[in-house]
Amino acid sequence: MDFREILIRKVQEKFPGESLTFSDYKNECVLQIDKKNIVAVCNFLKNDPELLFELCEDITAIDWAKRKNRFTVVYHIYSLKNNFRLRIKTDLDESDCSVDSVTSVWKSANWFERESWDMYGIKFNNHPDLRRIYLPEDFEYHPLRKDFPLMGIPGSLSLPKK
Amino acid sequence: MEKLEKGEVHPKIIQALLDANTDISVDDALENEMILNMGPQHPATHGVLRLLLRLDGETIVACVPDLGYLHRGYEKMAENMSYYEYIPHTDRLDYISPMANNVAWVLAVEKLAGIEVPVRAQYIRMMIAELARIASHLVAIGAFAMDVGALTVFLWTLREREKILDIWDILCGARFTNSYTRIGGVANDAQPEALAKVKWFIDQFEENLDECERLLNSNRIFIERLEGIGVMPKDEALDYGFTGPNLRACGYEFDIRRANPYLKYNDIDFKIPVYTEGDCLARYFVRADEARESSKIVRQVLEKMPQGEILANQPKKVLPKKTEIYSRMEELIHDFMIVNFGINPPVGEIYHSIEGSKGELGFYLVSKGEGHPWKCKIRSPSFCNLQALPRIVTGYMVSDIVAIIGSIDPIMGEADK
Repeated sequence: MDFREILIRKVQEKFPGESLTFSDYKNECVLQIDKKNIVAVCNFLKNDPELLFELCEDITAIDWAKRKNRFTVVYHIYSLKNNFRLRIKTDLDESDCSVDSVTSVWKSANWFERESWDMYGIKFNNHPDLRRIYLPEDFEYHPLRKDFPLMGIPGSLSLPKK
Repeated sequence: MEKLEKGEVHPKIIQALLDANTDISVDDALENEMILNMGPQHPATHGVLRLLLRLDGETIVACVPDLGYLHRGYEKMAENMSYYEYIPHTDRLDYISPMANNVAWVLAVEKLAGIEVPVRAQYIRMMIAELARIASHLVAIGAFAMDVGALTVFLWTLREREKILDIWDILCGARFTNSYTRIGGVANDAQPEALAKVKWFIDQFEENLDECERLLNSNRIFIERLEGIGVMPKDEALDYGFTGPNLRACGYEFDIRRANPYLKYNDIDFKIPVYTEGDCLARYFVRADEARESSKIVRQVLEKMPQGEILANQPKKVLPKKTEIYSRMEELIHDFMIVNFGINPPVGEIYHSIEGSKGELGFYLVSKGEGHPWKCKIRSPSFCNLQALPRIVTGYMVSDIVAIIGSIDPIMGEADK
């Protein structure tokens, strides 16, 4: 039995009745989950002695612009023991643009989530320090959203006073 | 206690200076915690990193990094240009080893579009990626040594790096921002004189690196300033997102070239240097050993490199050669279509990462079947490595922070995107 099957069986046994969808594209394993389960699933994946997804490689978001659930938050996690990368995806609606923070699971999630907040305006609940990471704190927009123009918005960045 | 006037030096400090007394204690002003702003324009912050330090005397109590001074919005730009147009922009991410970024980008796009690359092109890519790693580690070691006061090493390592830049000059005509790879292969074949120069370089490189190392490894000031400084415990290294040489200095034998081999790393025999101390000195040793291993990889690549094509034969996805565009109708049409509408990879999403010189360099691409990516996320190693900085500087002295930043080797072009 290869690791992918073990992973699917273990996750489905641990979270029965929840909506968990596994899929594959170009040999990359994707797990689609409901946003209310994110912390529980991540905790299980990291701490289960057989799975051990210890490295959180990346957290980002996708703006689908016109879709019903406008945003998708994407987590890339990696298990050194099993040499396996898993992508977790969870959909958010624009009206409730928030998801629980996984900083309690991986400390490296801290800056990744700050970046997603800066770029997409996604709020991470229980994040210890949710500030913008690249842009100044008084900037009003979230530039990687599809409705933000490529040339920027004139006057949106305050210049230093003379 | 008499109040001091502004600018006046405490008499106790003057007395301590006269007595050459190094453990002076003054029971007012100096004992309060103070805030020190370091950067963004500071020679030891390797670019435009800004740190806010809270100090108790000379000890760092807290550290808050501040990023974004070099933020150019490369992820937004990627969403508005074709996959080909983005290649030159990857040069500007980690500008110390642009070739490795070029390789990472085209590998990600080829995975997304399903392009098979000829074997010779893969070997050329491996060669340039390893030369880029050597070039990057030479700067890392040199600048690091300069930060702690050993200036000569910097000149010597840059002399070696200069030779690599000369090789790149012959190979692709540019020394610094190379943009040498193309989707489906490389821009032009590696000329015999370029390969001869690579061979000459690796023949003399190890000896010259030994020379640099002798300056450092037996230098008592260098060792004592780094040993046991900036220690990252093994059980926290992964949690903080360390990858690359920094992780291997903490005792993990994790290298993407070995874990998920890309290109032809399966056919190459190389060791992964691992140290367990996790301090600044271990990070320096890992880099030096890796540079040596890379030169061995380059030697094997030169021996195994076959003759053959350097561009994939997939006319709808791969730009034809310039000479063919001007003489043949089919190629002209394909060139027109690719330049104007892009290569339109199928709908889907992929993540591909390589072992860059700083750590895991990955690209997450989402395609909607259009000529430009719907989403491009750069997983930059410097960004993740910097995140651990507050953890490893706390408790050390102000003078150590310079060494610790140098040992992490952040490149702000990559951290700020």
